[in-house]
Amino acid sequence: MAAAIEVRSISKQFKLYHEHYTSLKERVIHYGRIPYEPFMALENVDFDVEAGSTVGILGHNGCGKSTLLKCVAGILQPTRGEIVTRGRVAALLELGAGFNHELTGRENVFMNASILGLSKHDTAKIFDEIVAFSELERFIDMQVRHYSSGMYVRLGFAVAVNVEPDILLVDEVLSVGDEAFQRKCIERVKKFQEEGRTILFVTHAADLVRRICDRAVVLDHGKMVIDAAPGEAVRVFRESLHGGELNEPEEPRDAEVSAEASAEVVSSKREVTHRVHITHVAIDHPGLRLNRNWMLPDEAMTIRVSYHASERTDDILFGIAIHDENGNHLFGTNTGILGLDVPPADGDGEMSFEFHRVPLLDGTYLVTLAIQSSDEGTVYDWREQQARFEVMNPSRTNGLVSFPIDVHFGGTRMNLAEGTGA
Amino acid sequence: MKHMSAPPSRVPRASGEATVVRARMTAHERLTRIIQRRELLVGMVRNELKIKYKNSVLGFAWSLLNPLLYLVVFYIAFTIILGSAIPAFPIWLLSGLLVWNLFSTGLGAATGSVVANSGLVKKVSFPREILPLAAVGSMLVHFFLQSMVLFVVLAIVRWDLAWAYVPLIPLALAVLLLLTSALGILLSAINVYLRDTSHFLELALLAWFWVTPIVYQFQLVGLREGWSKWPWYANPVTPIVLIFQRAIYARLDNVHTVSGIRTVTPLLPHWPYWAFLAYLGYSLAFALLTLTIAVRVFGRSEANFAEEL
Repeated sequence: MAAAIEVRSISKQFKLYHEHYTSLKERVIHYGRIPYEPFMALENVDFDVEAGSTVGILGHNGCGKSTLLKCVAGILQPTRGEIVTRGRVAALLELGAGFNHELTGRENVFMNASILGLSKHDTAKIFDEIVAFSELERFIDMQVRHYSSGMYVRLGFAVAVNVEPDILLVDEVLSVGDEAFQRKCIERVKKFQEEGRTILFVTHAADLVRRICDRAVVLDHGKMVIDAAPGEAVRVFRESLHGGELNEPEEPRDAEVSAEASAEVVSSKREVTHRVHITHVAIDHPGLRLNRNWMLPDEAMTIRVSYHASERTDDILFGIAIHDENGNHLFGTNTGILGLDVPPADGDGEMSFEFHRVPLLDGTYLVTLAIQSSDEGTVYDWREQQARFEVMNPSRTNGLVSFPIDVHFGGTRMNLAEGTGA
Repeated sequence: MKHMSAPPSRVPRASGEATVVRARMTAHERLTRIIQRRELLVGMVRNELKIKYKNSVLGFAWSLLNPLLYLVVFYIAFTIILGSAIPAFPIWLLSGLLVWNLFSTGLGAATGSVVANSGLVKKVSFPREILPLAAVGSMLVHFFLQSMVLFVVLAIVRWDLAWAYVPLIPLALAVLLLLTSALGILLSAINVYLRDTSHFLELALLAWFWVTPIVYQFQLVGLREGWSKWPWYANPVTPIVLIFQRAIYARLDNVHTVSGIRTVTPLLPHWPYWAFLAYLGYSLAFALLTLTIAVRVFGRSEANFAEEL
């Protein structure tokens, strides 16, 4: 089956005017010397989106991701290259969906649906569903100019998801609106995935990409950095975010990382300076001595990091982050935040993060490690979620966090049976 | 949708029609795209009218007021003060003025249409030419309403039309719409980059109005010797106005006898039917040429509308 979206090596150039003259008078006065800088918002971006898949576009602000989405939506045209989309495309760009303020919500729904290619008759059939989804029953005959921005977004989203689009383009809109509505939107996106619709969405929320995407494209300054599985793409995105200007890919370098608890070998691609790099990561916990490679809630854990500094480095900081499998960030700190003076690194060294207690319940958790300069401006090494550990909870207490708990009755503390809780 | 059974998990939906977004599209592709979306065009015309009359008490009555006001002013100026030789001046004036009103208001509305709908242009994809076309379309509705004023006047005075020429009216109207749309598309694109286009347009329309035989008779200039009559002949609105006047006003000369002396004031050209048709063909050619240029210019600049607005 053909791809739902084919982005064929598109480039988009904008003219950045220092001073933008928009009248003939000004143009005549400044004729021939209207300075502008050509600015490549997108350069040779090329990827396909398979029908039925969900692809995220990750990138920092100003990396061209919104421009790309607008090109796919047909709002902007690329300077070079072309985009083929198959099926009805509904786009949710920034706030709202191009409503006319003078018209009522009802009239705008019909207008919007008409622009998306629905006949009046078809729109009438789904009108009630749109209104129900937007929860704007009481306001639907009110002029849109009196809507709050939240109402505006809700109505826009309601139209876009109810016109049976084959392709849904979403630009950060999931991050606006109240939480209940956000949940509803994410649920609808998931339902779309189940129904085999194609979704392309732009975000800088890496967690969301990990949660709902099949693949992700990372953009950096208008260039495509990678088109890969979400985990890999997020890793590259995080590294490019923290790697600053150091984009020169270096030769693959061997790093043996083998955390005893089901470790993964670090991929060899690095885009950061390697004055100091991590050579080995090991996770240790009491379970390992008992031949189980999982730990119990509240057991102690030590993460040992071996590193090598090719030259003496005084300005150094070690960081750690722990994510759950859904990409939720559970914990993060570094030696700077902890107010520690780190001894200079020179040659081989070892350090460890020791946790007296890991208050987690069931799950697999991923450890990210980083070595940076103390202002976090330079990344020496960044290992995105490479080591992992597993926690098994023998009791029936549930959730994510093992809160310490006591239970009292009439002032008397009850004794908890062994292995029933935290 | 709740009433629909969801297809089995993760089976890609059948791909629909392919849409290609790229920098260059041929004029033909662009026009086909517009025709495919005619329902959207009708919807936009309806919305334009709705917005226009949403907050006005008199509603559509306002659009009737404009030709009536013109009628009074020009009647006083031309018939009473200047002593124009055109009998039944209101009918003469209205048959040309309605044409002009459609042209000038349509062009004015179309010029500002893309900028006025920037919210839409920045958020959703559709053939942008529909915006100026919808502006012209809403003015066409006004044209029909204003025509009622003329019909009422004709009915009251039991005016005789030149029935043979009446079939030319829809043709002339079609050419007028084409011309207005073509210029409207062109100017709406230019207006995105040069926001004072509408001011220049106002001035241009003022001059253009007086190079069109609406308040005076065509033969006043048409019979002149030499080159000075050419602006009138070259004006693509002239044949359209002439056809309306020929069919509706229908008097070629004004013959009147003052103290035994018979004077003939020529009003309209004594051309045969086919000559009017050929002259209209000139307007059509002009409109088609403009349309070709307009669609090209619009297509080239459209790529950056969303950024410029």
